[in-house]
Amino acid sequence: MAEVAENIQNIIKPENLVYQKSPVLTDKVMHYCPGCSHGVVHKIIAEVIDEMGIQEDTIGVSPVGCSVFAYNYIDIDWHEAAHGRAPAVATGVKRVFPNKFVFSYQGDGDLAAIGTAETMHAVNRGENIVMVFINNAIYGMTGGQMAPTTMVGQVTATTPHGRNVDLNGYPLKITELIAQLPGAAYVTRQSVQTPAAVRKTKKAIRKAFEVQANKKGTAFVEVVATCNSGWKISPVESNEWMEEHMFPFYPLGDLKDGEKEDPEALKMNV
Amino acid sequence: MTEEIIIAGFGGQGVLSMGKILAYSGVMQDQEVTWFPSYGPEMRGGTANVSVIISDERISSPILHEFDTAIILNQQSLDKFEKQVKPGGVLLYDPNGIVHPPTRKDINIYKVEGARLAAEMGNPKTFNMIVMGAYLKVKPIFPMEKVEKGLEKSLPERHHKLIPLNLEAIGVGQKNMETVHTV
Amino acid sequence: MGELRLMKGNEVIAEAAIRCGCDGYFGYPITPQSEVMETLMNRRPWDETGMVVLQAESEVASINMVYGAAGSGKKVMTSSSSPGISLMAEGISYLAGAELPCLIVNVQRGGPGLGTIQPSQADYFQATKGGGHGDYRLIVLAPASVQEMNDFVDLSFELAFKYRNPVMILSDGAIGQMMEKVELADYKPRWTDEEVKEISDSWAAIGKSPDREQNIITSLELESDRMERNNIRFQAKYQKIQENEVRFEAIDCDDADYVIVAFGSAARVCQKTIQLARAKGHKVGLLRPITLFPFPTEEIKKMAGHVKGFLSVEMNAGQMVEDVRLAVNGKVPVEYYGRMGGIIPSPDEVEKALEQKLIGG
Repeated sequence: MAEVAENIQNIIKPENLVYQKSPVLTDKVMHYCPGCSHGVVHKIIAEVIDEMGIQEDTIGVSPVGCSVFAYNYIDIDWHEAAHGRAPAVATGVKRVFPNKFVFSYQGDGDLAAIGTAETMHAVNRGENIVMVFINNAIYGMTGGQMAPTTMVGQVTATTPHGRNVDLNGYPLKITELIAQLPGAAYVTRQSVQTPAAVRKTKKAIRKAFEVQANKKGTAFVEVVATCNSGWKISPVESNEWMEEHMFPFYPLGDLKDGEKEDPEALKMNV
Repeated sequence: MTEEIIIAGFGGQGVLSMGKILAYSGVMQDQEVTWFPSYGPEMRGGTANVSVIISDERISSPILHEFDTAIILNQQSLDKFEKQVKPGGVLLYDPNGIVHPPTRKDINIYKVEGARLAAEMGNPKTFNMIVMGAYLKVKPIFPMEKVEKGLEKSLPERHHKLIPLNLEAIGVGQKNMETVHTV
Repeated sequence: MGELRLMKGNEVIAEAAIRCGCDGYFGYPITPQSEVMETLMNRRPWDETGMVVLQAESEVASINMVYGAAGSGKKVMTSSSSPGISLMAEGISYLAGAELPCLIVNVQRGGPGLGTIQPSQADYFQATKGGGHGDYRLIVLAPASVQEMNDFVDLSFELAFKYRNPVMILSDGAIGQMMEKVELADYKPRWTDEEVKEISDSWAAIGKSPDREQNIITSLELESDRMERNNIRFQAKYQKIQENEVRFEAIDCDDADYVIVAFGSAARVCQKTIQLARAKGHKVGLLRPITLFPFPTEEIKKMAGHVKGFLSVEMNAGQMVEDVRLAVNGKVPVEYYGRMGGIIPSPDEVEKALEQKLIGG
């Protein structure tokens, strides 16, 4: 046994380090359920902030929902916004601090139901902010009620017989709407269920922050995510369910990659 | 000295700006003033009125229910405000469009053909200054240099070239004020 | 002496904001206060002082933009009128809960509902007792003239930062739309980012430097013990405000048998009423609360020892009268007279009410 311990000590050396927790993540234990996608996306954001060297200049805006406590995990200054209002709060911050990096982090209820107006108008103004949108098709924090993005037929606490379009309307593809807005510079939909997907999402979030640095307009990253607690299946089954049912309806990939529309081209001739 | 005035007519007759010029003239001679308009949808094509108080002392209520002077530019306003002139007070009106002239015997009544005179000057926009000229003839509460300063302050700089025309209109009003009835 | 101008109350709010070094205004148009944003947009302060002006998509958005910008340690404000303030109530509660300094101007109109665009004081309860959810208070200033609209903007920011609390200027359509002579203040420069850091680095989300802990702007605390401690801290702050920040004007109260209590436009009307009453030989004074929270409770309590009665005159159904009664605590009669729905009472109808309700009775 002593030999094993000695061997381990020999391995723990800086030159052998291949992976470590981002220094921009705090040491607090996350409250998310095992299997939840939030932790992975938090980690990605922390890594991007670290790699870009912008920890001192980044302000986050957390929502109401499971990620309300995002501020406990990413070691930057934060605003905790009222439900749905994160894009307005982020607008307020960015307008008085135009050279800081500002991002909102919101779930589907926050961004696409109660906060739809704030979401659409922030993007339509082309606010130079990053919006990270976690779409897990359910209200996790309040105990698994229907979200605007809940699939047709999906069972939730408030659609116990499955989402019925006549009663509840259609699942909202808000990212497709966002991509139509002239203020949007970069709009993409990603996921984090495999290492490859995580790498792609990290690339997307990095790009979103770079879009902000270049003041090109709003950068919007949707992450199609799982909520195994809300869906009442295992984490592995959740990944399969997401791939089978959500990806066909919420296809992954870039919806817009460019910059906000040139206002000169839209000006009235007077 | 305290002078409490109501100016009332149609939106677009320059009621509010006449009030503003009077109030600014008061400011120019160190007096206290308030200018309190009717506001909102009723202004859109409907009636407009403004009460103006000019005083040597701190002004208490800016909202009045009786006036020293009423400057009346249409029938509706005459019907509404004739009764609100203080006994012994002044009612000045433009007879254009008035079918029921004022009837009170306990107030001083004057008129000025503002609309006709403005048309004769070739500029309907001088209407309110003609009426104001007639008022200043009845109640010369400011010397003309204060009125000129009031005009300068009230008008945006791009309209300052119109000040001579406005002063001319005030002169026309002063000359053409007619006494109808005095107490 | 500063620059003299003839201005509307609404216009002067905008002018005073620019001159006192305000960093941002976020608003949504509503009658009778739209001239605030219109004046700002005309003045283009972003070119002159760097002040940001933004028309939001709703009052809900504008108050949350204020939340973000106030949490950044900046001097920011919004303005609206009654229905818009109701929409902002959620955000105002969050601002109070997160202890953010900011200025909210309410140019009141008559309610309830869409009501009327004419002047009213029917939002007294909403302004002074909370308005949104939870136990919180705003510091509430009630201007009675265009000059006070000007002066209270700078004062509001001073108080907001002193106590890290939202401040409301509770005005109404009459003062917003009225023009009076006003002496403008001299320009104060906006705080630089270094000054903001110096003043607010202990709490504001201005970017975490390596030598300090995170600053988190939040009203959330799920541990009840800690949430109660937060509430105790808030209440202690409100108590301190109550002790230090009461402002009022007493006119002809020294020898008065009867005192009218009125604020804002109603107080202007009542200034004339006391002249009318004194001309008739009645010794009547006027107590005008300038701060509605904190309320001049102590002053009224003192007066209750030597006057025969109070009349609370309000442009609502009788809201402040409850605070007057609490202060008087049954010592002498306290009556109410008022008009609603956008009607401003006349000085002589108030004088009649005074005779009927107090002097004659």
